[in-house]
Amino acid sequence: MDQLLQHALNALILGGTYALLGIGLTLIFGIMRVVNFTHGELYSFGAYMMFFCVMAIDVNFFVALALAVLAGIALGAILEIALLRRLKGTDIDTTMLVMIGAWIALQNLEQFTWSGVAKSIDTPFPSSPLVLGPVSVSWNRLFVFAVAAALIAGSYALITLTKLGKAMRATFQDRETALLMGVDIDFIHTATFALGSGLAAAAGALLGPVFVVYPTMGDLASLKAFAVVILGGLGSIPGATVGGFILAFMEELGAAYVSSGFRDGMGFLLIIAILLVRPTGLFAQKERIG
Amino acid sequence: MKAMTVRFALAVAGAMLGTALLAGPASAQDTVKIGVTQPLTGAFAASGNYVTEGARLAEEEINKAGGVLGKKIELIVEDNKSNPTEAVATAEKLIVKDKVPVMMGAWSSTLTLAVMPKLEEYKVPMLVETSSSGKITTSGNPYVFRISPTSEMEAKAFTPLFQSLGIKKADFLATNNDFGLGASKEFSEAAQRAGVEIGVKETMDPKATDFSAQLAKIKASGADTLFVTTAVEQITLILKQAKDQQLTARIITTGGSNSPDQLIAQAGEAANGSFHLVFFTPWFPEAVKNPDIARKFVGLWNEKKYNVGGLTEGFRGWDGVHVIFEAIRAAGKAEAEAITKALWDVKVKGVNGDIAFIKQGPAGKESAQNVPSVYLVKIDGGKVVRQ
Repeated sequence: MDQLLQHALNALILGGTYALLGIGLTLIFGIMRVVNFTHGELYSFGAYMMFFCVMAIDVNFFVALALAVLAGIALGAILEIALLRRLKGTDIDTTMLVMIGAWIALQNLEQFTWSGVAKSIDTPFPSSPLVLGPVSVSWNRLFVFAVAAALIAGSYALITLTKLGKAMRATFQDRETALLMGVDIDFIHTATFALGSGLAAAAGALLGPVFVVYPTMGDLASLKAFAVVILGGLGSIPGATVGGFILAFMEELGAAYVSSGFRDGMGFLLIIAILLVRPTGLFAQKERIG
Repeated sequence: MKAMTVRFALAVAGAMLGTALLAGPASAQDTVKIGVTQPLTGAFAASGNYVTEGARLAEEEINKAGGVLGKKIELIVEDNKSNPTEAVATAEKLIVKDKVPVMMGAWSSTLTLAVMPKLEEYKVPMLVETSSSGKITTSGNPYVFRISPTSEMEAKAFTPLFQSLGIKKADFLATNNDFGLGASKEFSEAAQRAGVEIGVKETMDPKATDFSAQLAKIKASGADTLFVTTAVEQITLILKQAKDQQLTARIITTGGSNSPDQLIAQAGEAANGSFHLVFFTPWFPEAVKNPDIARKFVGLWNEKKYNVGGLTEGFRGWDGVHVIFEAIRAAGKAEAEAITKALWDVKVKGVNGDIAFIKQGPAGKESAQNVPSVYLVKIDGGKVVRQ
């Protein structure tokens, strides 16, 4: 029983980070119809910014977090303006190839700048965990969970409550009509990509100190993010959130009670099962076609 | 007309490029080349870089002393990206394009096993400096010369410690590859023979960063000791996450790629109380077989201001290049066949100890295996102490 409680707590904490990884990706896909292969690189970019601020120039941990997210937003905006805006109107294959190129270029740039050796980031959190009866969790991970929850809620509020969010949703539903209604599509695209990138950078900046930072760290994150997004339904924030938790619980309980060797396989087995029943994912939004 | 001009320009450019490529290797013939394939990026990057730094130190030292066969030695280092497919590609490139007569690599057992068929195909020997999977020297590949201990040797060296450390029940957590699974098997069998109860045997993906599920299960098993087999990156995270989950079992890491100094720097307090099997003890050079060589190596390493955490890994590169150097000298020519033959008879005083090869594997196709020294150290109060 104690073991099950600990597993549940672990899965909850892990699920928060998976959800955070997923929402940025799902937003970009939903609104822009772009399969964003640079998502994982924005994640590692956030982690390296955090490393640079905290370890190299000695910035306060929490200030560094904000700076890393802002840097992620800026890099996202640059990528959108420099690459995606120019590709508007081309087919999805071209865009995908360019994004794959950007992914590899960014990763190699990180390797070149920081070398391949993993780096760790000091945190201001106590090194003893928070103990709750039979279970325990590190303060750092608890902090990550809280910030992830706030960011997910914030993004959801932005999409549903603000004028910018309304314009984003309009673009998602029907790009041409939104354009006719006076929505600045170019700006919406830049804003969406920057927001999604900022969320990926936030995830990296939050998780960098929990794990270690290395150039290929984004690959695994990206894989999980894609799984979460496909599971939840493309373009849906609640879907990505629920998807994140489902994936985490599946992995944790699968590893605990079936086999740890198949830990990563468990989540994907479930995804296959769900997609067989609901091919568009759990929460796919309806969209107008044509 | 325009198309003609473009085609002509391309032809000229192609011819120039061809000449440039041909000129390159021709002028490099006055060195003796040694191919090195190491994981400089990816999951095992830290260790691969340390081994390469150690190898570079040996290269510099050997060349300062006049090189071999009247030429300088030249290491050609390729990054295998911690990936078996890339490892095969680097070996092929080193052998076919650079025409190296001997290689060193490929750090992880999985990478080495991937490269091995290429050694047989091209009949080029490889000095294996790190890998511990038993399969490497028992599968009948006569081009393998291993200086690192097998997991079986490590487990054998550890056997008396089951009793002296008071181990009653042991769990195992290993990375899901040839290195991890091999060590998990050898150590659990050694434990069983020593009368130790076996708890749970868990694995993790070599790229994984979150081990909470495995650690919660290990905690529930109630064993007093957890054997961990993986590289320093994952060990760092395991120590931190074990502390988060209040795991009280004593953690012992095997395989020698645990860089205790790096663990102290990166895992902090969480590293205290953990034990590590290492093949070089830079903290107590007097404890090793050849203290003079150990001191010289540590001195050169520090002179370069390399990370001290890398010493326990870097010595492998140093020892490996010295063994290859001795073999080339004994062979009298930089040819693969002669070097393979000469490697069998080399005797080298290395940082780890006295290096010489014994035969392992099926008769007629034996691989060469060194019998290295193994040490157990403990991290206590942020320092490495002798056990």
